[in-house]
Amino acid sequence: MSRTIGAIALAAVLLPATLIPARAASDADFKTAYAAADAAEKQAGALRNQWTTTEAALAAARKAAEAGDFDQAVAQAREADALAKASIFQATSEKEAWKALEIK
Amino acid sequence: MRACALFSSVLTALGFAVFVATALPPARAADAPDPAADAKAFRDYFVKKFPKVKLDDFVNGPYSMNEDMRKQWEEKEQFPPYEFALEAGKEMFATPFKNGKSYADCFANGGIGVRQNYPMFDEKEGKVVTLELALNRCREANGEKPYSYVKDEMASLTAYMAFTSRGKPFDIKIPADPRALEAYQEGKRYFYTRRGQLNFSCATCHVQSPGERIRAETLAPALGILNAMPIYRSEWSGMGTISRRFTTCNSQIRGVPLEPQSDEYRNLEYYLSYVSNGLPISGPGARP
Ligand code: HEC
Repeated sequence: MSRTIGAIALAAVLLPATLIPARAASDADFKTAYAAADAAEKQAGALRNQWTTTEAALAAARKAAEAGDFDQAVAQAREADALAKASIFQATSEKEAWKALEIK
Repeated sequence: MRACALFSSVLTALGFAVFVATALPPARAADAPDPAADAKAFRDYFVKKFPKVKLDDFVNGPYSMNEDMRKQWEEKEQFPPYEFALEAGKEMFATPFKNGKSYADCFANGGIGVRQNYPMFDEKEGKVVTLELALNRCREANGEKPYSYVKDEMASLTAYMAFTSRGKPFDIKIPADPRALEAYQEGKRYFYTRRGQLNFSCATCHVQSPGERIRAETLAPALGILNAMPIYRSEWSGMGTISRRFTTCNSQIRGVPLEPQSDEYRNLEYYLSYVSNGLPISGPGARP
C-alpha cells in the first residue's frame, strides 16, 4: 500500500518536469498527448478504477484545445495520463494488497 | 523392483496426505472464503473497539458513536425528517400500476416486513438482487419505467419497506452455489480495496476510523451500516438510497463512482449486509 502511495507521489513529482515544452505546442501535439491519456483512462475504466481527477484533467485538456491554448492542452493531457497510470497501478497492486486490510 | 519402488513412493505420498489431512483443520485453504467466520470476526472487531456500544445500537451509524449525538438523535426522532418520504412511499406502494397489479405482487408476504432478506442471491440469474433492483424489476415487469436509483421515489419506496421491517434482524443467505460465494467474496474485496486518488478503501473510513470526524461528519461503523438505509440527511436536504450513499462515498475520495446497481455494488451490498446478519433493520434513518 505504501508502494501505491509512493507511485502516486512519484507521478506527482515527475509531472512538472515533463510539462515544459521546448516550443509552443501544436494541435497535433495535443492530439498525441490526449490519445495516450485517453487510452490509459480507458484501461483504468476496464479495471473499474477511474479517478475523478483524471476525468477533470481530460476535460480541461479538451477545453484548452478548443480555446486554441495547446500548451495548456498538452500539459493537462499529460497530467491526465500520469493520473490514469497511477490509478492503473493502484488497481493492479490492490488485487492482492486489499487482503492486508481485512478483519480476521 | 521398479514397480515396487513406485508403489512404495505412492504409499509414502498417500501416507503423507493422510497425515496432512488429519493434522490440519478440515481442509480449508488459507484463502478459501468462510463467510460465517468473517461475520463473527467482523462483529467481534467492532464490539471490542466500542465496548460501551450495545450490539443493536451499531445500526444507528454515527449516533451510536457519541453520547451528545445520540441525544440530538433522540430529539430528532420525535419529529423525524423522513416522515414525508415514508408517507409518500406508503402511498406509492399501495397504488396499483396501470395494469392493475402492484408492488405487493412482486414480493413475498406482499412486500411487508421483508427488507431484512435483501440482497438475495438469485440462483436463476446467478447474481445478487438488491431491494432497489427488485423494485425496479417489478416496475418493468409490469410495464412501468424504472426509477432512478439515487432519487426520491426509490428512497421513498425503500423507506416504507424498511419501516415495515423495523426490528427484524438482517437475514442474508448464501446458498450452496459457488456463484453466491463468489459474489460474497467479490463484495468483500470491493470493500477492502483502496481506490480513488486519495487511496482509501471503504474500510479505511468505516473500519479503521469510525467515530472519528471527517470535516463536519462523524464516521459510521461498518457493522450495521446498511440497517438504517435509506437515510434522510440534512446535507442532502432529502433522502438517499444505498446507491446514492455508495456513489457519494466513492466520489469523495476522488474515485469515479460505478453505475448504481452495477455488479460490484450489488456484491458489496451483499457482503456488507451479510456481515451484519442478526442486527435489526432500523430504517429509514435520519442523519445530521
Ligand atoms: C473518506 C472516508 C470515506 C470512505 C473511504 C467511505 N466513506 Fe462511507 N461515509 C463517509 C462519511 C463522511 C459518511 C457520512 C457520515 C457517516 O454516516 O459515516 C459516510 C456514510 C456512509 C454510509 C451511511 C452510514 C450511516 O449510517 O449514515 C454508508 C452505508 C457508507 N458510508 C458506505 C461506504 C462504502 C460502502 C464505502 C466504500 C465504497 C465507503 N462508505 C467509503 C466517509 C467515507
